[in-house]
Amino acid sequence: MTMDKQTITAIEVGKLIGSVERFRNEGYRLVQIGCTKVGDLYEINYCFDKDYHLDVVRIAIPAETEVPSISGMYWNAFIYENEMHDLFGIQVRGMNIDFKGTLIRTAEKFPFSKPPVTVTKGGKP
Amino acid sequence: MTKQIIVPFGPQHPVLPEPIHIDLVLEDERVVDAIPSIGYIHRGFEKLVEKREFTEYVYIAERTCGICSFIHGATYCQGIEQIMNIDVPERAQYLRVIWSEFSRLHSHLLWLGLFADAFGFENLFMGAWKTREKVLDFMEETTGGRVIQGTSKVGGVRRDISSERLDRMTKDLDDLDREMKELTDVFLHDDSVRHRLRNVGTISRNDAYHLGAVGPTARGSGVAIDLRKSGYGAYDRLNVQVVTDSCGDCYSRCAVRAKELFTSTDLIRQAVKKIPEGPIDVKVTGAPDGEYFMRAEQPRGELVHYLKGNGSKFLVRSRIRTPTLTNIPPLIKMLQGCELADVPVIVLSIDPCISCTER
Repeated sequence: MTMDKQTITAIEVGKLIGSVERFRNEGYRLVQIGCTKVGDLYEINYCFDKDYHLDVVRIAIPAETEVPSISGMYWNAFIYENEMHDLFGIQVRGMNIDFKGTLIRTAEKFPFSKPPVTVTKGGKP
Repeated sequence: MTKQIIVPFGPQHPVLPEPIHIDLVLEDERVVDAIPSIGYIHRGFEKLVEKREFTEYVYIAERTCGICSFIHGATYCQGIEQIMNIDVPERAQYLRVIWSEFSRLHSHLLWLGLFADAFGFENLFMGAWKTREKVLDFMEETTGGRVIQGTSKVGGVRRDISSERLDRMTKDLDDLDREMKELTDVFLHDDSVRHRLRNVGTISRNDAYHLGAVGPTARGSGVAIDLRKSGYGAYDRLNVQVVTDSCGDCYSRCAVRAKELFTSTDLIRQAVKKIPEGPIDVKVTGAPDGEYFMRAEQPRGELVHYLKGNGSKFLVRSRIRTPTLTNIPPLIKMLQGCELADVPVIVLSIDPCISCTER
Protein backbone atom coordinates (compact mmCIF):
# COMPACT_ATOMS: atom_id res chain seq x y z
CA MET A 1 0.00 0.00 0.00
CA THR A 2 1.51 3.34 -1.09
CA MET A 3 1.07 6.10 1.46
CA ASP A 4 1.95 9.75 1.35
CA LYS A 5 5.28 10.62 2.95
CA GLN A 6 5.26 12.52 6.23
CA THR A 7 7.98 14.44 8.02
CA ILE A 8 7.57 15.81 11.55
CA THR A 9 10.06 18.42 12.75
CA ALA A 10 9.99 19.71 16.32
CA ILE A 11 11.05 23.36 16.68
CA GLU A 12 11.02 26.05 19.34
CA VAL A 13 8.16 28.52 19.30
CA GLY A 14 10.60 31.36 18.50
CA LYS A 15 11.49 29.70 15.17
CA LEU A 16 7.89 29.15 14.09
CA ILE A 17 7.45 32.21 11.89
CA GLY A 18 10.77 31.60 10.08
CA SER A 19 9.86 27.96 9.36
CA VAL A 20 6.38 28.81 8.13
CA GLU A 21 7.79 31.56 5.92
CA ARG A 22 10.02 28.99 4.24
CA PHE A 23 7.01 26.78 3.47
CA ARG A 24 5.11 29.74 2.10
CA ASN A 25 8.03 30.77 -0.13
CA GLU A 26 8.41 27.21 -1.44
CA GLY A 27 4.73 27.04 -2.45
CA TYR A 28 3.38 24.68 0.19
CA ARG A 29 -0.28 24.89 1.14
CA LEU A 30 -1.46 24.86 4.74
CA VAL A 31 -3.32 21.61 5.37
CA GLN A 32 -4.25 22.18 9.00
CA ILE A 33 -3.14 23.30 12.43
CA GLY A 34 -4.03 20.88 15.21
CA CYS A 35 -3.44 20.85 18.93
CA THR A 36 -2.91 17.92 21.30
CA LYS A 37 -2.64 18.06 25.09
CA VAL A 38 0.26 15.89 26.20
CA GLY A 39 0.71 16.01 29.97
CA ASP A 40 1.14 19.65 30.96
CA LEU A 41 2.18 20.71 27.47
CA TYR A 42 0.27 21.47 24.30
CA GLU A 43 1.68 20.08 21.07
CA ILE A 44 0.70 22.18 18.08
CA ASN A 45 1.17 20.65 14.64
CA TYR A 46 1.37 22.89 11.59
CA CYS A 47 0.86 20.68 8.53
CA PHE A 48 1.89 21.70 5.02
CA ASP A 49 1.56 19.86 1.74
CA LYS A 50 3.26 19.97 -1.61
CA ASP A 51 2.84 17.21 -4.20
CA TYR A 52 1.21 14.92 -1.60
CA HIS A 53 4.17 15.17 0.74
CA LEU A 54 3.11 16.18 4.24
CA ASP A 55 5.57 18.30 6.19
CA VAL A 56 4.70 18.90 9.83
CA VAL A 57 6.27 21.53 12.06
CA ARG A 58 5.62 20.94 15.75
CA ILE A 59 5.92 23.21 18.75
CA ALA A 60 5.30 22.12 22.35
CA ILE A 61 4.29 24.87 24.77
CA PRO A 62 2.98 25.24 28.31
CA ALA A 63 -0.55 26.64 28.72
CA GLU A 64 0.48 30.22 29.46
CA THR A 65 2.74 30.64 26.40
CA GLU A 66 1.44 32.90 23.66
CA VAL A 67 1.83 31.67 20.10
CA PRO A 68 2.39 34.02 17.14
CA SER A 69 -0.27 33.84 14.45
CA ILE A 70 0.78 32.65 10.99
CA SER A 71 -2.29 34.25 9.38
CA GLY A 72 -0.06 36.97 7.92
CA MET A 73 1.49 34.32 5.67
CA TYR A 74 -1.42 31.89 5.42
CA TRP A 75 -4.63 33.91 5.54
CA ASN A 76 -6.74 30.77 6.12
CA ALA A 77 -4.84 29.97 9.34
CA PHE A 78 -7.35 32.05 11.32
CA ILE A 79 -9.90 29.23 11.24
CA TYR A 80 -7.50 26.82 12.98
CA GLU A 81 -6.03 29.40 15.33
CA ASN A 82 -9.47 30.46 16.54
CA GLU A 83 -10.41 26.81 16.87
CA MET A 84 -7.42 25.98 19.07
CA HIS A 85 -8.14 29.04 21.17
CA ASP A 86 -11.80 28.09 21.65
CA LEU A 87 -11.20 24.40 22.34
CA PHE A 88 -7.81 24.41 24.11
CA GLY A 89 -7.46 27.98 25.39
CA ILE A 90 -4.24 28.61 23.43
CA GLN A 91 -3.51 32.34 23.21
CA VAL A 92 -2.64 33.34 19.65
CA ARG A 93 -1.10 36.76 19.02
CA GLY A 94 -1.94 38.78 15.89
CA MET A 95 -4.68 36.80 14.15
CA ASN A 96 -6.09 38.49 11.04
CA ILE A 97 -9.64 37.58 12.13
CA ASP A 98 -9.99 37.17 15.90
CA PHE A 99 -13.37 35.83 16.98
CA LYS A 100 -12.37 36.34 20.63
CA GLY A 101 -13.69 32.96 21.68
CA THR A 102 -16.92 32.95 19.67
CA LEU A 103 -16.03 30.88 16.60
CA ILE A 104 -16.96 27.62 18.28
CA ARG A 105 -19.58 28.01 20.98
CA THR A 106 -19.07 25.36 23.63
CA ALA A 107 -21.09 24.80 26.80
CA GLU A 108 -17.84 24.42 28.73
CA LYS A 109 -14.93 26.83 28.30
CA PHE A 110 -11.82 25.31 26.66
CA PRO A 111 -13.17 21.71 26.87
CA PHE A 112 -10.09 20.09 25.37
CA SER A 113 -7.77 21.56 28.00
CA LYS A 114 -9.41 19.43 30.69
CA PRO A 115 -7.53 16.35 31.87
CA PRO A 116 -8.47 13.11 30.11
CA VAL A 117 -11.25 11.02 31.61
CA THR A 118 -9.82 8.09 33.57
CA VAL A 119 -11.34 4.82 32.49
CA THR A 120 -11.77 2.23 35.22
CA LYS A 121 -11.48 -1.54 34.80
CA GLY A 122 -14.41 -2.84 32.82
CA GLY A 123 -14.36 0.14 30.50
CA LYS A 124 -16.67 2.47 32.46
CA PRO A 125 -15.35 6.00 32.70
CA MET B 1 -19.39 56.66 1.09
CA THR B 2 -22.25 54.14 0.87
CA LYS B 3 -23.72 53.18 4.21
CA GLN B 4 -22.83 49.65 5.29
CA ILE B 5 -25.39 47.34 6.87
CA ILE B 6 -25.02 43.84 8.28
CA VAL B 7 -27.47 41.16 7.20
CA PRO B 8 -27.35 37.95 9.25
CA PHE B 9 -27.43 34.81 7.08
CA GLY B 10 -28.38 31.71 9.04
CA PRO B 11 -27.91 29.80 11.26
CA GLN B 12 -31.31 28.63 9.96
CA HIS B 13 -31.80 29.09 6.25
CA PRO B 14 -34.00 27.33 3.65
CA VAL B 15 -31.03 26.16 1.55
CA LEU B 16 -28.99 24.93 4.50
CA PRO B 17 -30.31 22.05 6.56
CA GLU B 18 -27.44 22.55 9.03
CA PRO B 19 -26.58 25.64 11.07
CA ILE B 20 -23.87 28.05 9.99
CA HIS B 21 -24.12 31.77 10.57
CA ILE B 22 -22.57 34.38 8.30
CA ASP B 23 -22.69 38.11 8.97
CA LEU B 24 -22.88 39.69 5.54
CA VAL B 25 -21.56 43.25 5.42
CA LEU B 26 -23.44 44.97 2.59
CA GLU B 27 -23.12 48.17 0.62
CA ASP B 28 -26.48 48.41 -1.12
CA GLU B 29 -27.00 44.87 -2.48
CA ARG B 30 -23.28 44.05 -2.74
CA VAL B 31 -21.47 41.95 -0.14
CA VAL B 32 -18.22 43.62 0.88
CA ASP B 33 -17.31 41.23 3.67
CA ALA B 34 -18.53 38.00 5.25
CA ILE B 35 -17.83 36.88 8.80
CA PRO B 36 -18.67 33.25 9.52
CA SER B 37 -19.56 31.64 12.86
CA ILE B 38 -19.89 27.95 13.54
CA GLY B 39 -20.17 25.99 16.76
CA TYR B 40 -23.94 25.72 17.12
CA ILE B 41 -23.82 21.94 17.21
CA HIS B 42 -20.24 21.17 18.24
CA ARG B 43 -20.32 17.61 19.58
CA GLY B 44 -16.81 17.05 20.87
CA PHE B 45 -16.46 13.63 19.19
CA GLU B 46 -12.69 13.92 19.34
CA LYS B 47 -12.82 13.91 23.14
CA LEU B 48 -14.53 10.51 23.05
CA VAL B 49 -11.24 8.75 22.28
CA GLU B 50 -10.60 8.95 26.01
CA LYS B 51 -13.67 6.81 26.71
CA ARG B 52 -13.75 4.34 23.82
CA GLU B 53 -11.17 1.70 22.96
CA PHE B 54 -9.44 2.28 19.65
CA THR B 55 -11.33 -0.62 18.04
CA GLU B 56 -14.68 0.80 19.16
CA TYR B 57 -13.88 4.34 18.08
CA VAL B 58 -14.46 3.31 14.43
CA TYR B 59 -18.20 3.64 15.13
CA ILE B 60 -17.72 7.13 16.51
CA ALA B 61 -15.50 8.15 13.56
CA GLU B 62 -18.18 6.91 11.16
CA ARG B 63 -20.80 9.04 12.81
CA THR B 64 -18.83 12.22 12.19
CA CYS B 65 -20.90 12.63 9.05
CA GLY B 66 -24.17 11.19 7.79
CA ILE B 67 -23.15 11.41 4.13
CA CYS B 68 -19.51 10.35 3.89
CA SER B 69 -19.68 8.15 6.98
CA PHE B 70 -17.97 5.16 5.34
CA ILE B 71 -14.92 7.21 4.33
CA HIS B 72 -14.55 8.60 7.86
CA GLY B 73 -14.55 5.06 9.29
CA ALA B 74 -12.18 3.71 6.65
CA THR B 75 -9.77 6.65 7.05
CA TYR B 76 -9.67 6.20 10.80
CA CYS B 77 -8.97 2.45 10.36
CA GLN B 78 -6.23 3.12 7.82
CA GLY B 79 -4.58 5.56 10.23
CA ILE B 80 -4.54 3.00 13.03
CA GLU B 81 -3.29 0.33 10.61
CA GLN B 82 -0.40 2.62 9.66
CA ILE B 83 0.58 3.16 13.30
CA MET B 84 0.35 -0.57 14.08
CA ASN B 85 1.94 -1.72 10.79
CA ILE B 86 -1.02 -3.91 9.97
CA ASP B 87 -0.99 -5.43 6.50
CA VAL B 88 -4.60 -5.29 5.37
CA PRO B 89 -5.64 -8.03 2.90
CA GLU B 90 -5.93 -6.81 -0.68
CA ARG B 91 -9.57 -7.83 -1.01
CA ALA B 92 -10.45 -5.59 1.94
CA GLN B 93 -8.60 -2.67 0.34
CA TYR B 94 -10.58 -3.07 -2.88
CA LEU B 95 -13.87 -3.39 -0.98
CA ARG B 96 -13.06 -0.12 0.80
CA VAL B 97 -12.53 1.53 -2.59
CA ILE B 98 -15.87 0.22 -3.89
CA TRP B 99 -17.81 1.47 -0.86
CA SER B 100 -15.89 4.77 -0.81
CA GLU B 101 -16.77 5.46 -4.44
CA PHE B 102 -20.42 4.56 -3.87
CA SER B 103 -20.31 7.04 -0.95
CA ARG B 104 -18.97 9.68 -3.33
CA LEU B 105 -21.77 8.93 -5.81
CA HIS B 106 -24.32 9.21 -3.02
CA SER B 107 -22.83 12.48 -1.76
CA HIS B 108 -22.49 14.14 -5.18
CA LEU B 109 -26.02 13.14 -6.23
CA LEU B 110 -27.38 14.45 -2.95
CA TRP B 111 -25.53 17.72 -3.45
CA LEU B 112 -26.60 18.08 -7.09
CA GLY B 113 -30.20 17.72 -5.93
CA LEU B 114 -29.83 20.28 -3.16
CA PHE B 115 -28.03 22.65 -5.50
CA ALA B 116 -30.79 22.34 -8.12
CA ASP B 117 -33.33 23.10 -5.41
CA ALA B 118 -31.30 26.16 -4.34
CA PHE B 119 -31.35 27.67 -7.82
CA GLY B 120 -35.01 26.88 -8.24
CA PHE B 121 -35.03 23.73 -10.43
CA GLU B 122 -37.21 21.48 -8.35
CA ASN B 123 -37.76 18.56 -10.72
CA LEU B 124 -34.00 18.35 -11.28
CA PHE B 125 -33.67 17.99 -7.51
CA MET B 126 -36.16 15.11 -7.59
CA GLY B 127 -34.34 13.48 -10.51
CA ALA B 128 -30.99 13.61 -8.71
CA TRP B 129 -32.41 12.11 -5.54
CA LYS B 130 -34.25 9.41 -7.49
CA THR B 131 -30.92 8.29 -8.97
CA ARG B 132 -29.28 8.53 -5.55
CA GLU B 133 -31.80 5.99 -4.22
CA LYS B 134 -30.21 3.32 -6.44
CA VAL B 135 -26.82 4.02 -4.89
CA LEU B 136 -28.29 3.81 -1.39
CA ASP B 137 -30.04 0.55 -2.31
CA PHE B 138 -26.68 -0.90 -3.30
CA MET B 139 -25.11 0.27 -0.03
CA GLU B 140 -27.96 -1.31 1.92
CA GLU B 141 -27.76 -4.56 -0.04
CA THR B 142 -24.01 -4.98 0.49
CA THR B 143 -23.48 -3.48 3.95
CA GLY B 144 -26.89 -3.59 5.64
CA GLY B 145 -26.97 0.19 6.13
CA ARG B 146 -28.05 3.05 3.90
CA VAL B 147 -26.45 5.88 5.87
CA ILE B 148 -24.11 4.28 8.38
CA GLN B 149 -22.45 1.21 6.87
CA GLY B 150 -20.31 -0.05 9.75
CA THR B 151 -18.28 -2.33 7.51
CA SER B 152 -14.79 -0.96 8.11
CA LYS B 153 -12.79 -2.23 11.02
CA VAL B 154 -9.19 -2.04 12.11
CA GLY B 155 -7.49 -4.82 10.13
CA GLY B 156 -9.92 -4.98 7.21
CA VAL B 157 -13.66 -5.05 6.64
CA ARG B 158 -16.55 -6.88 8.31
CA ARG B 159 -18.47 -7.92 5.21
CA ASP B 160 -17.62 -9.31 1.82
CA ILE B 161 -19.44 -8.85 -1.48
CA SER B 162 -20.06 -12.13 -3.25
CA SER B 163 -18.48 -12.79 -6.66
CA GLU B 164 -21.97 -13.13 -8.20
CA ARG B 165 -22.94 -9.69 -6.90
CA LEU B 166 -19.70 -8.18 -8.17
CA ASP B 167 -20.34 -9.76 -11.60
CA ARG B 168 -23.80 -8.17 -11.75
CA MET B 169 -22.37 -4.83 -10.70
CA THR B 170 -21.04 -3.96 -14.18
CA LYS B 171 -24.56 -4.02 -15.62
CA ASP B 172 -25.89 -2.00 -12.65
CA LEU B 173 -23.18 0.59 -13.23
CA ASP B 174 -24.07 0.82 -16.94
CA ASP B 175 -27.69 1.54 -15.99
CA LEU B 176 -26.57 4.07 -13.39
CA ASP B 177 -24.27 5.78 -15.90
CA ARG B 178 -27.12 6.11 -18.39
CA GLU B 179 -29.36 7.69 -15.78
CA MET B 180 -26.60 10.02 -14.53
CA LYS B 181 -25.78 11.06 -18.09
CA GLU B 182 -29.36 12.27 -18.63
CA LEU B 183 -29.23 14.11 -15.32
CA THR B 184 -25.82 15.73 -15.71
CA ASP B 185 -26.61 16.83 -19.28
CA VAL B 186 -29.10 19.26 -17.75
CA PHE B 187 -26.59 20.55 -15.17
CA LEU B 188 -23.87 20.94 -17.80
CA HIS B 189 -25.76 22.13 -20.87
CA ASP B 190 -29.04 23.76 -19.83
CA ASP B 191 -29.00 27.48 -20.59
CA SER B 192 -30.93 28.55 -17.49
CA VAL B 193 -28.58 26.56 -15.21
CA ARG B 194 -25.52 28.00 -16.92
CA HIS B 195 -26.96 31.51 -16.76
CA ARG B 196 -27.61 31.21 -13.02
CA LEU B 197 -24.18 29.80 -12.13
CA ARG B 198 -21.64 31.29 -14.55
CA ASN B 199 -19.43 34.07 -13.10
CA VAL B 200 -21.05 33.70 -9.68
CA GLY B 201 -18.80 33.22 -6.65
CA THR B 202 -15.58 33.16 -8.65
CA ILE B 203 -12.29 32.31 -6.96
CA SER B 204 -8.99 32.27 -8.83
CA ARG B 205 -6.63 29.30 -8.95
CA ASN B 206 -4.05 31.17 -6.89
CA ASP B 207 -6.55 32.17 -4.19
CA ALA B 208 -8.09 28.69 -4.05
CA TYR B 209 -4.66 27.11 -3.52
CA HIS B 210 -3.32 29.60 -0.98
CA LEU B 211 -6.57 29.80 0.98
CA GLY B 212 -6.54 26.04 1.46
CA ALA B 213 -9.45 25.02 -0.77
CA VAL B 214 -9.82 21.27 -1.22
CA GLY B 215 -11.94 18.85 -3.24
CA PRO B 216 -14.27 20.09 -5.99
CA THR B 217 -13.96 23.63 -4.54
CA ALA B 218 -10.23 23.57 -5.41
CA ARG B 219 -10.56 21.51 -8.59
CA GLY B 220 -13.26 23.88 -9.90
CA SER B 221 -10.56 26.56 -9.89
CA GLY B 222 -8.05 24.37 -11.69
CA VAL B 223 -6.13 23.14 -8.61
CA ALA B 224 -5.58 19.45 -9.35
CA ILE B 225 -5.42 18.13 -5.78
CA ASP B 226 -7.00 14.71 -5.26
CA LEU B 227 -5.69 12.60 -2.39
CA ARG B 228 -6.63 9.40 -4.23
CA LYS B 229 -3.59 10.17 -6.37
CA SER B 230 -1.40 9.68 -3.29
CA GLY B 231 -2.29 6.00 -3.56
CA TYR B 232 -3.80 5.09 -0.20
CA GLY B 233 -5.78 1.84 0.02
CA ALA B 234 -6.05 0.18 -3.39
CA TYR B 235 -6.03 3.48 -5.28
CA ASP B 236 -2.36 2.98 -6.18
CA ARG B 237 -3.43 0.09 -8.41
CA LEU B 238 -6.22 2.01 -10.13
CA ASN B 239 -6.16 4.72 -12.75
CA VAL B 240 -7.55 7.80 -10.96
CA GLN B 241 -8.60 10.62 -13.30
CA VAL B 242 -8.57 14.02 -11.61
CA VAL B 243 -11.42 16.20 -12.90
CA THR B 244 -10.72 19.94 -13.01
CA ASP B 245 -12.32 23.05 -14.43
CA SER B 246 -10.69 26.40 -14.80
CA CYS B 247 -13.30 29.16 -14.32
CA GLY B 248 -13.55 28.89 -10.52
CA ASP B 249 -17.24 29.86 -10.38
CA CYS B 250 -20.33 28.03 -9.14
CA TYR B 251 -20.81 26.42 -12.57
CA SER B 252 -17.25 25.02 -12.50
CA ARG B 253 -17.70 23.50 -9.05
CA CYS B 254 -20.98 21.98 -10.19
CA ALA B 255 -19.38 20.67 -13.41
CA VAL B 256 -16.53 19.02 -11.47
CA ARG B 257 -18.97 17.14 -9.26
CA ALA B 258 -21.16 16.14 -12.20
CA LYS B 259 -18.14 14.73 -14.09
CA GLU B 260 -16.75 13.03 -10.99
CA LEU B 261 -19.83 10.80 -10.88
CA PHE B 262 -18.44 9.01 -13.92
CA THR B 263 -14.89 8.76 -12.58
CA SER B 264 -16.38 7.05 -9.52
CA THR B 265 -18.26 4.45 -11.57
CA ASP B 266 -15.09 3.95 -13.62
CA LEU B 267 -13.06 3.35 -10.43
CA ILE B 268 -15.66 0.84 -9.19
CA ARG B 269 -15.46 -1.01 -12.52
CA GLN B 270 -11.66 -1.10 -12.28
CA ALA B 271 -11.86 -2.36 -8.69
CA VAL B 272 -14.40 -5.05 -9.62
CA LYS B 273 -12.09 -6.27 -12.40
CA LYS B 274 -9.01 -6.37 -10.19
CA ILE B 275 -10.36 -7.49 -6.81
CA PRO B 276 -8.61 -10.73 -5.80
CA GLU B 277 -10.11 -13.63 -3.86
CA GLY B 278 -8.90 -14.03 -0.29
CA PRO B 279 -9.47 -13.01 3.30
CA ILE B 280 -11.12 -9.71 4.20
CA ASP B 281 -9.46 -9.06 7.55
CA VAL B 282 -6.54 -9.92 9.78
CA LYS B 283 -6.44 -10.43 13.52
CA VAL B 284 -5.33 -7.34 15.39
CA THR B 285 -3.31 -7.69 18.57
CA GLY B 286 -1.73 -5.02 20.74
CA ALA B 287 -2.53 -1.34 20.83
CA PRO B 288 -1.40 1.67 18.79
CA ASP B 289 1.79 3.33 19.98
CA GLY B 290 2.73 6.22 17.72
CA GLU B 291 1.07 8.80 15.55
CA TYR B 292 -0.07 9.27 11.96
CA PHE B 293 -1.76 11.91 9.85
CA MET B 294 -4.06 9.79 7.68
CA ARG B 295 -5.38 11.66 4.68
CA ALA B 296 -8.11 10.58 2.28
CA GLU B 297 -10.27 12.11 -0.44
CA GLN B 298 -13.81 12.62 0.74
CA PRO B 299 -16.57 13.78 -1.64
CA ARG B 300 -15.95 17.33 -0.35
CA GLY B 301 -12.17 17.08 -0.46
CA GLU B 302 -9.16 16.21 1.62
CA LEU B 303 -9.92 14.69 5.01
CA VAL B 304 -7.30 14.39 7.76
CA HIS B 305 -7.53 12.03 10.71
CA TYR B 306 -4.61 12.68 13.07
CA LEU B 307 -4.28 9.78 15.49
CA LYS B 308 -1.91 9.44 18.40
CA GLY B 309 -1.63 6.44 20.71
CA ASN B 310 0.55 5.67 23.70
CA GLY B 311 0.40 1.88 23.69
CA SER B 312 -2.85 1.67 25.67
CA LYS B 313 -6.28 0.73 24.33
CA PHE B 314 -7.31 4.38 24.44
CA LEU B 315 -5.91 6.90 22.00
CA VAL B 316 -4.35 10.10 23.31
CA ARG B 317 -5.78 12.15 20.47
CA SER B 318 -8.02 11.95 17.46
CA ARG B 319 -8.12 15.17 15.49
CA ILE B 320 -10.43 15.23 12.48
CA ARG B 321 -9.86 18.04 9.98
CA THR B 322 -12.83 17.96 7.66
CA PRO B 323 -12.94 19.47 4.17
CA THR B 324 -15.69 21.97 5.00
CA LEU B 325 -13.60 23.54 7.77
CA THR B 326 -10.79 24.28 5.33
CA ASN B 327 -13.22 25.43 2.61
CA ILE B 328 -14.64 28.20 4.84
CA PRO B 329 -11.80 30.73 4.20
CA PRO B 330 -12.14 30.33 0.38
CA LEU B 331 -15.91 30.75 0.82
CA ILE B 332 -15.34 34.14 2.47
CA LYS B 333 -13.25 35.16 -0.54
CA MET B 334 -16.00 34.00 -2.94
CA LEU B 335 -18.63 36.00 -1.10
CA GLN B 336 -16.69 39.27 -1.15
CA GLY B 337 -18.10 41.34 -4.00
CA CYS B 338 -21.10 39.15 -4.81
CA GLU B 339 -24.75 40.17 -4.88
CA LEU B 340 -26.88 39.36 -1.82
CA ALA B 341 -29.21 37.19 -3.94
CA ASP B 342 -26.27 34.98 -4.95
CA VAL B 343 -25.19 34.18 -1.39
CA PRO B 344 -27.28 30.99 -0.90
CA VAL B 345 -26.03 29.51 -4.20
CA ILE B 346 -22.39 30.39 -3.44
CA VAL B 347 -22.55 28.96 0.09
CA LEU B 348 -24.05 25.76 -1.24
CA SER B 349 -21.47 25.54 -4.04
CA ILE B 350 -18.74 24.46 -1.58
CA ASP B 351 -21.05 21.61 -0.47
CA PRO B 352 -20.84 22.59 3.20
CA CYS B 353 -21.20 19.80 5.72
CA ILE B 354 -21.59 21.42 9.10
CA SER B 355 -22.11 18.06 10.77
CA CYS B 356 -18.54 17.14 9.71
CA THR B 357 -17.21 20.54 10.70
CA GLU B 358 -18.81 20.35 14.15
CA ARG B 359 -17.40 16.89 14.85
